[in-house]
Amino acid sequence: MKGTPLGLYVAIATRAFRRYSTYRAATLAGIFTNSVFGVIYSYAYLALWAANPDAGGYDKVDAVTFVWLGQAMLMTVAIWSGGTTTELLERIRSGDVAIDLYRPVGLIGWYLASDLGRAAYHLVSRGLAPMLVGLVLFELTLPPTAVNAAAFLLSLPLAVALSFTLRFLVACTAFWLLDANGVRLLADACAIFFSGMTLPLVLFPGWLGTLAEALPWSGVLQVPADLWLGRHEGAAIVGHLGFQVAWLLVLLACCQAVLRAATRKVVVQGG
Amino acid sequence: MYGAIASLWVRAAWVYRTSFITLMVANGLMTALDAVAIWVTFAHLDLLGGFALHEVALLYGASSLGLGIADTLIGSVERIGEYIRTGRLDQMLTKPLPLLVQVCADQFTLRRLGRITQAAVVFAWAATYVDWTPARAGVAVMMVVSGGAIFFGLFVAFSCIQFLTKDATEFANAFTYGGATLTQYPLTIFPKELMRSLTFLVPVAFVNWYPCLYLLGRDDPFGMPAWLQFSSPLAAAAMVGAALLVWRAGVHRYTSTGS
Amino acid sequence: MTQPLIDVQDLHRSFVVRKRAGALRRTVATVAAVHDLSFSIESGEMVGYIGPNGAGKSTTIKMLTGILVPTSGHVRVAGLEPRRDRVELARRIGVVFGQRTTLWWDLPLRDSFDLLQKIYRTEPARHRENLDRYLDLLDLGDLLDTPVRQLSLGQRMRGDIVAALLHDPEILFLDEPTIGLDVISKGRLREFLRALNAERGTTLVLTTHDLQDIEALCDRVVVIDHGTAVYDGTLAGLHQRGGSSRTLVVDLVDEAPPIDVAGATTRRVEGPRQWLSFPADASAAPLVAAVAASYDVADLSIQEPDIEDVIRELYSSPAPPPAG
Repeated sequence: MKGTPLGLYVAIATRAFRRYSTYRAATLAGIFTNSVFGVIYSYAYLALWAANPDAGGYDKVDAVTFVWLGQAMLMTVAIWSGGTTTELLERIRSGDVAIDLYRPVGLIGWYLASDLGRAAYHLVSRGLAPMLVGLVLFELTLPPTAVNAAAFLLSLPLAVALSFTLRFLVACTAFWLLDANGVRLLADACAIFFSGMTLPLVLFPGWLGTLAEALPWSGVLQVPADLWLGRHEGAAIVGHLGFQVAWLLVLLACCQAVLRAATRKVVVQGG
Repeated sequence: MYGAIASLWVRAAWVYRTSFITLMVANGLMTALDAVAIWVTFAHLDLLGGFALHEVALLYGASSLGLGIADTLIGSVERIGEYIRTGRLDQMLTKPLPLLVQVCADQFTLRRLGRITQAAVVFAWAATYVDWTPARAGVAVMMVVSGGAIFFGLFVAFSCIQFLTKDATEFANAFTYGGATLTQYPLTIFPKELMRSLTFLVPVAFVNWYPCLYLLGRDDPFGMPAWLQFSSPLAAAAMVGAALLVWRAGVHRYTSTGS
Repeated sequence: MTQPLIDVQDLHRSFVVRKRAGALRRTVATVAAVHDLSFSIESGEMVGYIGPNGAGKSTTIKMLTGILVPTSGHVRVAGLEPRRDRVELARRIGVVFGQRTTLWWDLPLRDSFDLLQKIYRTEPARHRENLDRYLDLLDLGDLLDTPVRQLSLGQRMRGDIVAALLHDPEILFLDEPTIGLDVISKGRLREFLRALNAERGTTLVLTTHDLQDIEALCDRVVVIDHGTAVYDGTLAGLHQRGGSSRTLVVDLVDEAPPIDVAGATTRRVEGPRQWLSFPADASAAPLVAAVAASYDVADLSIQEPDIEDVIRELYSSPAPPPAG
């Protein structure tokens, strides 16, 4: 990957953006579904915060905003698998991945750049639209300061990349396992639960809360959401962005290690 | 016939024992996280929408049981678009069996047993708090069976959208999975209009809400008539009937226009 | 006079085709896949239903088997209306799709056959008898316990044919059955189908691109092109009508002027290679001998007429309206 011009990655990302933007009808249908779920969870959280107005340090407006942020980011960070790693999984299963291993751009870089391009499209379509629906239907809060807004924007690509590395690792199990479905199901479940999609991590009590906040999944939704909600100030903002970066670097290293092992396997055993 | 085909698939899956068991366990763990979420919620409050933990657990367990049963019975109905594209649906049309039976039996899997087990555990726990009478036991059985049937009808009906389009299929998820998610909560958290839609329009409220009110010995918080609490089978019949009509229309359209 | 087994009259089937014409506009056009199609097939016939790609073959078969309903026209199969009486008709026909298997992928052949006995409610003794017989004839006995997934294309095709015949259907519809098979398998399959028709009287309707399938199996040929029948009669008649010809490709040692030899016309010359066409029903042997005797030949090969050629010839030669 060293020495490859940035322009190549941008080209890959742009192509992915364009490719996903052709699914217009599916996107509209998706926005509808996101909005419906946004409404359902909003009522659920309103009920929760009605009973406990200060739960987890959120007020009810924070909570409902959290719901819509989650729905908006759902496709962007592809919490639920999806994204370019699904293609990767298919290609590993079919064996076509062997071609990918010989591309001029490293395989990880290739798929990551594509995923970012895809995420950009989903952000603009299935990110923006549900947020607008939420703003119309419920009372939401916006980032309190420009710094918070900027921090949120910075945390987005980090969240996408973080989610990517996790999905990438799951996809790679297909090199060794005949049926990677079980792993994928479990990983999806963990992703939804530990990212905050099921319940904001701030609600998790005691050791569960500490664990959840330390795991990488929290960097996928909870961290960006808290930046939007203005839960952190000053050094804490940098700290949380740093948390995302740290996990990203660790997981990228894991991805590379796993890929090396997989490549050895493919080359030696013929996949 | 459905049974014969289904058992064939079960045997096929059993050939890959490890994979099957892993998936089943994964399915169970996945749905177990739902239960954890409920527990976490109640760490912060005593009543959600006016309902206590064991009551919400009862609602959740019943809904999840119904969903698991329906999920098992519908087989590949949700994937019908794929069957159309690959031509497998055409093949099925040349066999002397009703099409719906074939699609539901195709790739039948007992994977959902994981979810069903988990739901049963939660329901059983919540059931210990219920003041049981023979009538209540009867209603509980009716509830689970009807719940399965209502969700079955819901999924079949909305899967028929795939006869019309192959792109906008996610639209159906808002109603199918949305409906399933809604029933996990006491309906008191929603506006009255939504409750009425779920009673008279898309009757998923009969999956667990109405029967559970009876089981828990609670008056209807919206003031709806008490006889609704015994009407799950009616709602199930209506739902399945409507679904069969929609299915027939869908197949009719398919054979009239090709693809 | 008894009703024909398959009766098609004035069949029409059109599709609405939507196309993107520019950024937002859509054009809607009605395309007639099949129009003014009429033919009838008596019990026991072996009919080849041929035509170029997109001619309307699969559309017709779909209408005969109940998968698709005609836009207008009359179609009866075994006295039944295919879509309305789909389930009843399904018991009396067998359908083999060339490219896709109807067998259950992950399970041994044996299980698929058992299940079919239940689905068709075939009498167990009859089922057993048929199964043993077909397994023997098609040489599948050893493969009963092999998962379908592991079978070769030829084996799977044979499995599909057994599956389609276990319930003693009156009509067997075959859609491109020999596609992808090697020469030996094709030959064996053709033999089997001929025997089936001779012994059981099973009516055969075969759609195919392979003219040799037709030559081997069908007494009667219906040629469909652009949605309607352009010929309906015997195969010999087709060759005559179409004036179809085979081509002898001769590679001479050196370039030479066009070969002149009785019974063939030289159509094309390119360097030392020449293309000679001769009537399809004539043997190539005397021609080859004549050419070899008079010219220095490096190599020879024979090209069979393909469907498109035959049909093209059909159009280009002014012909009386198709018989029967």
